[in-house]
Amino acid sequence: MALNRRKWITSMATAGAAVLLPLRLLADTAAAFKAADANTALKQLFGDLPVEESTAIEFKIPDIAENGAVVPVTVSTDMPGVRNISIVVDENPNPLSASFNISPEAFADVSTRVKMGNSSVVHAYVRTADKVYTTSKEVKVTIGGCGG
Amino acid sequence: MANDVKIRGKITDGVATVKSLMVHPMETGTRRDADGNLIPAHYIEKVAAYKNDQEVLTADWGASISKNPFLSFRVKNAAPGDVIRITWVDNTGATGAGEAVLK
Repeated sequence: MALNRRKWITSMATAGAAVLLPLRLLADTAAAFKAADANTALKQLFGDLPVEESTAIEFKIPDIAENGAVVPVTVSTDMPGVRNISIVVDENPNPLSASFNISPEAFADVSTRVKMGNSSVVHAYVRTADKVYTTSKEVKVTIGGCGG
Repeated sequence: MANDVKIRGKITDGVATVKSLMVHPMETGTRRDADGNLIPAHYIEKVAAYKNDQEVLTADWGASISKNPFLSFRVKNAAPGDVIRITWVDNTGATGAGEAVLK
């Protein structure tokens, strides 16, 4: 009996570790925000999920931002099963700007305002259960938003 | 209250469009003051939005969200009388919150 119980505890611990490990590999949001390049941030945010260009994402951001301190961004899509929407500004010191977790009670439709230090390509990422869809836009900044 | 979140919500066909404003400096940690000293990073890291205590949306933010952040989103199955509540936590542990009753 004692042996069985020990076995059971061991097997549960192993199973637990097996469940936890892929989750850790999949997402480390805090690290993603600290990443200094967009690719590292994406890896930490989405793990090894396949990323695909999509025209089904509506990505609203001005082509020319007069004030880099306040650049309005809207990301929305009609895709079903959206879990996360993330915004990445390639040329910012920490490219990952925002990551929204969408519950089934909310639409995949978020708006906010971001800072941009320089002109940059800005990406919107939409994560579903097993895939990440993306679209991007080049934004010209006339006055940077990260200087003093 | 400086940490209040201002929230406006409008219902159209059972969908609430929620707009919110938070008051926060959103310091990146890379700016310098007049004497050349770095201004420490101070920004909202986590935001959560609830409809009648049910979580509908959460957000992780970096310091590159604009000062006095704006956030807008849409909530399903909304009815007049529903309470929308938004809370935030910044990197120093400070918190803010606000709520609005949908009409």
